[in-house]
Amino acid sequence: MTSHEERQKNIKQTVRKLGLIVLGMCGFVVALVPLYDLFCEITGLNGKTGGPYVFEEASAQPDTSRLVRVNFLTNTNQGMIWEFRSGKGSVRVHPGEPKTVSFFVKNPTSRPMIGQAIPSLVPVAATQYFHKTECFCFEQQLLQPGEEMEMPMRFIVDRDLPRNVQSISLSYALFDVTERIGLPADMAATSTASQEPIDSDIAAGG
Amino acid sequence: MSEVIHAGHHDHHDHGPAKGLLRWLYTTNHKDIGTLYLWFSFAMFLIGGLMALVIRTELFQPGLQFVQPEFFNQMTTNHGLIMVFGAIMPAFVGLANWLIPMQVGAPDMALPRMNNLSFWILPFAFGIMISTLFMEGGGPNFGWTFYAPLSTTYAPDSVTFFIFAVHLMGASSIMGSINIIATILNMRAPGMTLMKMPMFVWTWLITAYLLIAVMPVLAGAVTMMLFDIHFGTSFFNAAGGGDPVMFQHIFWFFGHPEVYIMILPAFGIISHIIPAFARKQLFGYTSMVYAVASIAFLSFIVWAHHMFTVGMPLAGQLFFMYSTMLIAIPTGVKVFNWIATMWRGSMTFETPMLFAIAFVVLFTMGGFSGLMLAITPADYQYHDTYFVVAHFHYVLVPGALFSIIAAVYFWLPKWTGKMYDEALGKLHFWLSFIGVNVTFFPQHFSGLAGMPRRIPDYALQFADFNMLSSIGAFIFGFSQLFFLFVVIKAIRSGKPATARGWEGARGLEWTLPSPAPYHSFTHPPEVKAEEVHG
Repeated sequence: MTSHEERQKNIKQTVRKLGLIVLGMCGFVVALVPLYDLFCEITGLNGKTGGPYVFEEASAQPDTSRLVRVNFLTNTNQGMIWEFRSGKGSVRVHPGEPKTVSFFVKNPTSRPMIGQAIPSLVPVAATQYFHKTECFCFEQQLLQPGEEMEMPMRFIVDRDLPRNVQSISLSYALFDVTERIGLPADMAATSTASQEPIDSDIAAGG
Repeated sequence: MSEVIHAGHHDHHDHGPAKGLLRWLYTTNHKDIGTLYLWFSFAMFLIGGLMALVIRTELFQPGLQFVQPEFFNQMTTNHGLIMVFGAIMPAFVGLANWLIPMQVGAPDMALPRMNNLSFWILPFAFGIMISTLFMEGGGPNFGWTFYAPLSTTYAPDSVTFFIFAVHLMGASSIMGSINIIATILNMRAPGMTLMKMPMFVWTWLITAYLLIAVMPVLAGAVTMMLFDIHFGTSFFNAAGGGDPVMFQHIFWFFGHPEVYIMILPAFGIISHIIPAFARKQLFGYTSMVYAVASIAFLSFIVWAHHMFTVGMPLAGQLFFMYSTMLIAIPTGVKVFNWIATMWRGSMTFETPMLFAIAFVVLFTMGGFSGLMLAITPADYQYHDTYFVVAHFHYVLVPGALFSIIAAVYFWLPKWTGKMYDEALGKLHFWLSFIGVNVTFFPQHFSGLAGMPRRIPDYALQFADFNMLSSIGAFIFGFSQLFFLFVVIKAIRSGKPATARGWEGARGLEWTLPSPAPYHSFTHPPEVKAEEVHG
């Protein structure tokens, strides 16, 4: 009888330990998301470029021995109806030389909207060597109905860029974040008032 | 004193199973629950098989003849989900329930009530999942891998039911695994040391650890989907700062150990059947145990070989390529040991042995096509083609499924006390063997020629291979109804089986009478050297 009780005690102990493993794995999944983001940020694995880069213009020494082509691609995400294009499809720069290019957006709707551009860069090997000192993607854009905007982007390709990389493609996807961010209070009122006709416009157009 | 006598009397009255249908609802007996699991998985196998036949009917000829693409997608998705979670996994749990207590000399599972619960969750989980097929907008149609955003942004409304069903299956698997580990670690008869345990027990011990490690990951993935769909989060939605590629990482971190969950118990079964019919001890028992353990460990570090084409840096591709190829080493050890067990044995070829030999040959072929897929530069051509379909069906159908069928033939005498009809069993084997190869072998060629998977229509050049494949699928499908007939015939009118069952069978379960009594090993048996594998 005592051996039976002892066995039951051992079983309980095993179950408790296994329960802890299950809980630990649940915690691991929760931790996976921030870990994944951190991992991508350190390694640039998912093509996401870094935040604002500080660099001293005066001490810049371009590597004039080679030119790198930088291509710009613009996309709008599903449901985003802004016009979005780059001023030039591509530019050729010396590594180490700062360069400014322009992008254009237009809000063709009759309500104020907020947009957010998300960059992605290929090849992945170049992600860590592409720096932006100024970019519209660091903030959101609020456009009034029919408003157009020219948005500058200032970047520098690092002198240490591997020599086998001769071309870099930077892609921006523009997302509608109006609902997520929320319009300032004074504009929100006009927005709801004009909501209905816009929806029917979209329906007619789509 | 009087209390002791009373307890003794109580035991005496409780020998047989309760009467009536409610017996099955309330049962905590490992043999009853094993039976429930096996019949449930067979029912799911037929439903999933029916879906496969819908797929093969549509693919018999190019063009759309029988079903629309939307329904076709639901068929491929549900076929995969039902076969993986409803047929193969519960069948192995059923075998574990029947065999593990008898093989380690325990009276029952460690947690009999939880055992009942973990089975009875399953019919509800699959009831919910299959019911989505009849809902407005249809059931899951995003492939069994349910990649976001197909399963979030673009999913049918019924996806919430699917998520709940997956949660239930996960809960069932975790409870089942805890039960199996608790049984193996605490309930072994005196003298049954870890390195004397039968291989089926070893493989299930390791499988159960895999399950409790990865089922929470799957639950996490579907929970994040749920939040993305209903609560405005953006785990997998790039618009909100999330990343759909992260879904694939999380899914395959679960998914790759999952494929070993479906094959390790099969390795265990084959390691019982081959020695029995070769009338020799298993060759290299210790190396078998270590091989299974290393396969289980490697399964956690190879997941990204399922997603070579998402755009990974070279270092990542090389790591996942080499680590994947490393798995061939312990797997090769196992195949070598099975062949060495047969070497110079006095072999006979009863039905379980035929299925076991077919397993060794055809599983190895599936393993080799897996090696081809592991070569990163080549994978770019093979990715998402029928070559992949051929590969994983070769390891799952003549692999996992053949091992389950072999196990049913092998242990049926012990379970029912009756012998199946050997001639009918052999006929079933040859029909299955021919059917499975006619179905899946041509898919290697259509895949290499570029036919993508998960499509209801295809280019004309693939017509002949697909017609062949469909004919094979019908042969295979109907021969499994024949299997049902063979088993029922054995139960109803089979010849009585001996306690030993097979001349070469070894292990504690064969020391019990056939059929195994409802309560076995209420007193721990003596573990004799001749019944032990190690």
